[in-house]
Amino acid sequence: MNYLEVNDLTVTYRTQGGPLPAVRGVDLTVEPGSKLGIAGESGCGKSTVALALLRLLPKSAVLGGRVLLDGEDVLTMKWGRLRAVRWAGASIVFQGAMHALNAVHRIGDQIAEPILLHGGVTRAEAARRAGELLEQVGLPAARAAAYPHELSGGQRQRVMIAMALACEPRLIVADEPTTALDVMIQAQILRLIDRLIGDHGISMVMISHDLSVLADTCDRLAVMYAGRVVEEGPAAEVFAAPRHPYGQALGAAFPRIGDPASRRNPRGLPGDPPDPAALPSGCSFRPRCGVAEERCAHVDPTLWPAGPGRRAACVRVLDGTVEAPAARTAPETAVEETR
Amino acid sequence: MSTTEPAATPEPRPAPRSPGPVDGPEGATASPRRLARQRRRRALARFWRDYRANRAGLFGLAGLALFVLVALAAPWLVQPADLSVTRAPGLPYQPPSLDYPLGTDNFGRSVLDLVIWGSRVSLLVGFLATLVSVTLGALIGIIAGHFGGATGTVLMRVTDWFLVLPTLVLAIALATVLSRSVFTIILAIGVTAWPTTARLVRAQTLAVEARPYIERARALGGGHLHIMMRHVLPNVMPLVLAQTTLLVASSIIMESTLAFLGLGDPTTVSWGGVLQDARNAGAVSSGVWWYLLPPGLAIALVALSFTLCGRALEGVLNPRLRDRS
Repeated sequence: MNYLEVNDLTVTYRTQGGPLPAVRGVDLTVEPGSKLGIAGESGCGKSTVALALLRLLPKSAVLGGRVLLDGEDVLTMKWGRLRAVRWAGASIVFQGAMHALNAVHRIGDQIAEPILLHGGVTRAEAARRAGELLEQVGLPAARAAAYPHELSGGQRQRVMIAMALACEPRLIVADEPTTALDVMIQAQILRLIDRLIGDHGISMVMISHDLSVLADTCDRLAVMYAGRVVEEGPAAEVFAAPRHPYGQALGAAFPRIGDPASRRNPRGLPGDPPDPAALPSGCSFRPRCGVAEERCAHVDPTLWPAGPGRRAACVRVLDGTVEAPAARTAPETAVEETR
Repeated sequence: MSTTEPAATPEPRPAPRSPGPVDGPEGATASPRRLARQRRRRALARFWRDYRANRAGLFGLAGLALFVLVALAAPWLVQPADLSVTRAPGLPYQPPSLDYPLGTDNFGRSVLDLVIWGSRVSLLVGFLATLVSVTLGALIGIIAGHFGGATGTVLMRVTDWFLVLPTLVLAIALATVLSRSVFTIILAIGVTAWPTTARLVRAQTLAVEARPYIERARALGGGHLHIMMRHVLPNVMPLVLAQTTLLVASSIIMESTLAFLGLGDPTTVSWGGVLQDARNAGAVSSGVWWYLLPPGLAIALVALSFTLCGRALEGVLNPRLRDRS
C-alpha cells in the first residue's frame, strides 16, 4: 500500500481578483521507502502541493481532492488529529533554514520542541534525544546550546533535518532543502538526506527546481507546469529522455561541462509561466512550446501512458510521434559533472 | 614546631570545586545545570557591559536605585508620628534650616519627611499600574495579532476606542466611581494606559508571525497557545520591556495628577497629594517655594530616571540601535 496518495488535488486561492487556481488536479503516489521528486519552475505550484499535504496553506486557499496519508484523508481530518499527524506522520524540511529557526531559542530546544509537543516525554529525555539527532546529522551534541545565528548555513540545514527526524515520521517533505547553499554543501546535505532516509526507511517527497539534484536523489520524478503534473516516471529516464516538451526544455536548460555546444548555445525556455487566472485554451504549455500544433489549442492533455512506468501530458505522446531526443548522458555521470 | 601548620586538615578534595569559567561549555565534568547557570551568568555580564556603555542609562539607574532605596528605608528615616497634622514637630512655613532641610509646611511638618514618605505610594502605584497596563496590552496585542480576522478587528476597534478616549478624563471618571484607595488609582491608570502597548505588540506580533519559523511551528503540530507563548512572546518581550520602563514614568506622573486633582486617597501621602496640599494652603501666592518645589522635582527626577533606563534598555535589546552609537 502507498504511504502517501494524492488524488486529484486542487488548490484555489481566493483573491480580490477572483479565484486563482494554483494546483489543478495533481495525482501523486509515494510507496513506503521510496523517494519522489517534484520539479518545476517558480510558481508552478510545487510548494503549494507540499504545504497542502499537511494542510498548512493560508485560510484563503480552498482545497479539493484527497490527500491520503497512510489511508487517512488529511483534508477532512479533525483539527486535533491533524495536529497529531503533523510532524509525527509527516514532517517538512523547509527551504531557507535561516528563517525557519527561531532566533531567540537554542537549537537543542527547537529540535526538542516537536518531541515535547507530541510524546509525553520528560524535558531531559527530549534534550537527550535532540543531542542524538544532532550527532546523526553530523553535528556535535554540545552544539545544542548554540543559537541559530552561531551556525553556518549548512549547519542550520542539518539542524532542520535533525528536527524533521525528531518524531520518527514515515514521510519527509523536503521543500527545496538545498537552495541558498553552495554546491559543495549542497552535495553534502543531499548525501546526508539520502543516508538518513535509507537508514530509517522513510519515504520522501523532494521539491526542487534543480532537475539534476532530483534525478540524483529520487526514484521517481514528476515535472509540474502551471499547477499540473505534465510528466512523470522513473527519475533517471525522465531526466535522460523527457517526453514532454517542457521536460525537454527543463533538462536542456542545464549546461553540461565539457560540452562546447551547450556553452555557446545555451538553450533556455522563452516566455514566462502562464498567469493562473488566465490560462491559455487547450494545452497550458502551448504558448511556449516549440513543437505546438494547431490541435494543441483544442485539446487539454491529461497524463497519458508514455512508455513503461511513464506518463506525459502531451498530444504527441498519444499518437507516438514523440521520439526520445538524442540520448543525453546518463544522469549519474551528468550530475557528477555538474557538481 | 609543626603545631602551627594546618597539617591535620585533610587536602581539600578537588571534586566539588566549580570547573571555573575557563572550561567553557564543553567541560566534560560540568553538569547541564551548572552549564546553564554559567551561561546565564555570562549572558548577564554581556548585558551589563552593553548597558554600561550608555552613560545616560547609568545615571537613570543610579537615580532609580536611590529613589527605591529611600522608599524602602522610609520607615527608618521618618517617624510616622512626625507626619501627623495635629502634632507637627515644627512651626508652620519655616524656610529650610538645619533642623528642617526643606522647611516645613503649613502645619509645621518637615517637607523632606513628606517627600520621602510620598515616594512609597508614588513608586508603588507607578510599578503596579504599569504591570496592569502592560500585561493587558501585551495579552490583547498578541491575541489580536495572532488570530487576526474578526477577533483581531474587534479587539483593535476596542483598543482604538480606548486610545481616542481622553486618558485623564477616563481615569478621573473611574477614580470617582470606585472607592477611594491606592488600588483604585492603580486600576484607573492601568485600565487607561494599555492601548498604546496593545497596538505596539500587535504590530510586532504581525511581523513575527510572518516569519517562516511560525510556519514551521504550525507544521510540527503546535497549537495557538504554543505559538503565542513559545514563539511570539519571546520575540515581543524586548519591546514590552522597553515600553514598561517608559510607562512607569507616565504612570507616576498620572498618579500625581490624580492626587493633585484630589482624587487620591486623602489619608496617604503622595507627591501629587503634597502638591495639592501646597496649592490649597496658598503656597503659591505666599511664596513658600520650599513646599512646592521638592515634590515637583521628585516627580520629574523619577520620571526622568525611568525614561533614561528605558532608552538605554531599548538600545541594548535592539541590535540595530546598539550598533549606531
